[in-house]
Order: sequence, then structure tokens, then C-alpha cells
Amino acid sequence: MSLSKDDVKHIAKLARLNLKDSEVDKFTRELSSIIDYVDQLQEVDTKNVEPSEQVTGLTNGFREDKVIEKDATPDELLETSPLPIIERQIETPSAHGTN
Amino acid sequence: MPNALTITEAHKKLKAKKISSEELTRSCIKQIEAVDDKLNAVVYRNFEKALEEAKKVDKEGTFDHPLKGIPYLAKDVYCEKGIPTTGCSNVLRNKDYVPPFDSTTTKRLKEAGAISIGKTNTDEFTMGASTESSCYGVSTCPWDTSRVAGGSSGGSAAAVAADECIFALGTDTGGSIRQPAGFCGCVGLRSTYGRTSRYGVMSMASSLDTIGSLAKSVEDIALLLSAIAGKDPLDATTGDRAVPDYLAGLTGDIKGMTVGIPKEYFPDELDSEVHESIKNAVKTLKKLGVKTKEISLPHTKYAVPTYYVVVPSEISSNMARYDGIRYGHTAEAGDLIEYYFNARSEGFGDEVKRRIMIGTYALSAGYYDAYYRQAQKVRTLIKQDFEKAFEEVDVIVTPVSPTPAFKIGAHTDDPVAMYLEDVFSVSQALAGIPSLSVPCGFSKNKLPIALQIMGPQWGEERVLNVGYSFQKAMWPEGVPKPEIA
Repeated sequence: MSLSKDDVKHIAKLARLNLKDSEVDKFTRELSSIIDYVDQLQEVDTKNVEPSEQVTGLTNGFREDKVIEKDATPDELLETSPLPIIERQIETPSAHGTN
Repeated sequence: MPNALTITEAHKKLKAKKISSEELTRSCIKQIEAVDDKLNAVVYRNFEKALEEAKKVDKEGTFDHPLKGIPYLAKDVYCEKGIPTTGCSNVLRNKDYVPPFDSTTTKRLKEAGAISIGKTNTDEFTMGASTESSCYGVSTCPWDTSRVAGGSSGGSAAAVAADECIFALGTDTGGSIRQPAGFCGCVGLRSTYGRTSRYGVMSMASSLDTIGSLAKSVEDIALLLSAIAGKDPLDATTGDRAVPDYLAGLTGDIKGMTVGIPKEYFPDELDSEVHESIKNAVKTLKKLGVKTKEISLPHTKYAVPTYYVVVPSEISSNMARYDGIRYGHTAEAGDLIEYYFNARSEGFGDEVKRRIMIGTYALSAGYYDAYYRQAQKVRTLIKQDFEKAFEEVDVIVTPVSPTPAFKIGAHTDDPVAMYLEDVFSVSQALAGIPSLSVPCGFSKNKLPIALQIMGPQWGEERVLNVGYSFQKAMWPEGVPKPEIA
């Protein structure tokens, strides 16, 4: 297996995902099979090949610094939050915990 | 029944006052109520508002745009102001996300007078090839409901094939319009990246996501593309390039064109019925006066592994927005970091988690060069394969997928097997070129098989004209319809 259980636990932590022990086993197996599969890219000779960051061929799309879209109001955007709104701010759980 | 009409047919009848938009809309609603228990294509029904709109259009009575009064369904990733839109994910379903704005595409359709009647099923945030990762369950193929409709735009494809709407919107990141259109027997176009605006459509992989439509004829696809394409100040990847009248470009004359047939798309293990059907389609094209040429796209074999590095990498970044703060699933937690963990873990399904983790790994320190950067370099080689090929040929034809619609559950335990379903549909996405899926035959089990027609970047006119000519020759009476059982 190309990934260990500890690798998967570490990746999950970086991605802000909780994994149960049974999920760690399952994802270690599945993610390893995916990594093994994509590893065939290593055999391609890419010396002197530029990476494709994008395919449009466009560079720097400038526009005037003016508001052009007034579809949604700030209040409407706040309304989509599942958390309490206090004085037009979203109240999140404390970064330091409640206790 | 009016719901079986194409856009062009319905428009003629509306204009001649032979039917009203209300009748047309009601006939689609009736069909949804009659068959959607079996198909599970429609995940949100917006019938009341749709009928109100239809009545308004009838009252005005000026059917001055071909889309005026035409009912459609949008994939559940298109934001429409005031309409619940969930990406078929529990992250947004829990407290139905109701966007306070419209996507550019649904806005343009609204301005043209088209009538939105609801939302269609998709794999969770479009991640899949079967709709099996949707939080609403799988959409079935109207030709055999023990099989999948394909994905990720499976709901849109099933709905169009089953006449639940006149057309539908989908998105295509690596085949998500073309493959389900092929499985269900309708027409679908992935346009050149940058031809249509992605604004207001939930992102999966931003450098590959394209928006487009599924319909009952190539004419309708052409007409729709003219209506939705073009520069959008809200999507900086849309270029200034003028939008032609794609419908007027359908001359039906493709005599003298050179059609490329890439040998890499016809491996020994290709389903024999698919192979036969594509061979017949090529014969039909030859009768229309084209020349054929065997070509090679040598990096085809690396397209799926490239795609499954680039896409998860972009996903791991795009999915970061679902943190339970601005929208989405909420969770109990002692502090903020635990809140992020809990909200995301409870909300996302397994395929989304897999892709987030693969992407996180591919972008992490020490692995970036080996995976992400290497994949972006191979992407360049894949793009160059096509550029070289289009120096010699006008269009390229291949199958859309290696088999017809597969059984529900066939690949759910094996993510790599599911990824290999995309083997013929991801190269075009990586290269950013347009590609059309048109029904070209049926298997012995009466499952649709589709022909893929690709063109160079911005080559939609040519691709559509070949598709149109083929469709007319192949299905003079229109594409056959399923009997839903």
C-alpha cells in the first residue's frame, strides 16, 4: 500500500475531516489504490514541458473597479448562514472553546 | 404530447398559438408526476412558480425568442434566486441552501423567457459518473431502470430522454454532460472552456468545469449555445470572442471534411456492440461525403490519471468553502476547529471525502512536484496531441464511453473502476476543446450508444454541423424514445 494509516490520518487532519477507525482502514485501502493508479504519470517524460495552468489563452482580464453585480444584498447573504447573526456578523463557536 | 417536442418544434407551435406555454409546462409536470418515481431525476419541483411564469408569457403572447415559454430543468448546482439548490449534498440539504442570486446562465435563460420548472439530480457536487453519490439516491436510465442514468448530469439526461422537460442544463468537468446523454439517448455538448460562464454554478474543478445543455436534437443544442455563450464580467475565464448564430451554422453539408479516428479509443477490450455501433456511424458519415483518417493521440492512456490528480487538487481547495459558517450543515462543537471538523465530516459523502483527501495529498509539501505539477505537464502533452491532430483533420470521432449504461451498484466498491468509466471523456476536458455526444445506435438490450464528435478549441460550429448532419441521416424521424417501465 502506497499510503499508511498514519498518512491517511494526517491527510484527514489537514483536510479538516474526522475519520472513525473503520473509515481509516477503508480510506487507506481506497486512497492507496487511487495513488497506485495515478502513479503511472511518473513514467511520462516531461523534461522541457511547461505545465498547463489554464487552457483559455487569456491573460489578465481587467475591468474597471466598479460594482457591477447587485443581485444579492449583504443581509440576504448573511441569511444563508446556519449560525446566529448578531449585528450583521456571524457568531461562530469560540476559537478558544466554551469552557 | 407537447412535452415530447423539441425546442424548435415547440416554438413553432407557440408562435402559431397552437399550444400555450401553460399547456406545454403542464404536460412536462404531468410527465414528471407520472414517471419520476421510477427515474428519480427531479430533486426539486418548482411547479407553482413555473405555471405562474408560463401564464405571464402566454398573456404577453409575443414569442419573439425561440426559448420564450419553453420549460426546462437545471442541474442542482445552478443557483437560482429563491430556489433551494443543494448540489445533491447533505452539506447544503440539511438547511436547504436558498441562493440569493442567479447563475449567469439561468439569468440569461430567464431573460429569454424560458421557464425553470425544477432541479435535477447529480452526483454530490458533480463528483461521479452515475449519480450514485447523490444524497437523494441514484437516477435510473429510462431505457432500463435497473441501470444508472450516468453522471454526473444523470438527472438532466434522464429527464430529457423521458420528456420530463423540453431541455435541461448540465455541467461537464470530465464527461458529466456527454456520458449521461449517451447512456440515456439524448444530445449533449461540452463547449470550449471559456465559451460559457460558470458564475453561480457550484464549482468542482475550476480549470475544467464547463456549463452546457442536454436536449433532444442538435438544433436545440445549437440554439441554446447561442443563448447562453459569451463573455460574462462575472467569470474572468470567458473571452471576448463573438458568439455566432450556431443554429444558422447547421448547413447539413459536411462533404469533403476529414474525420479523424484515433486508434487509442478502440482498444481490444472495448465493448463489441459499442465498437460496431461507432463503425456504423463512421459509415453513415462517409455516405455524407467525409474522408476518414486514422490518427494517434499518444497520451490518451495518461488522461484518466492526469484528470484524477488535477481534479481532486482543485476540489480540495473548492470544498474548503463548506465550513458550516456562511452556509450549509451545522454541527455541535466545543470550539471553532472542532466545529469545522464536525460540520464537514457529517455533511460530505465518501466520494467527496476521497477526492478532498487525494487532492490534499497531491498538493502537500513534498508531493506537489511529483503529482500536481507532473499532471499539469502531462496535461500540456495531451493538449498538444489534439493540436497536432487538428492540423490534419477537421473533427475527431470516438465512443463517448466504453460501455452502455451499467447496472446500479456495479462500481460502488471500487473508485478506480468508476474513474475508468471516464476513459474517453476526460482528454477533451483537459485540452479545453468542444465535444458533442449524439446517439448513434442501440445494444441488443436496447440501451443507447453514443458517438462523440470533437473539434478544435472554439470549433463548436463545425462540431455541431457534423452532429446535425449525422443526426439527420441516422435518425430521420428523430431519436427513438424509451418506454419507461
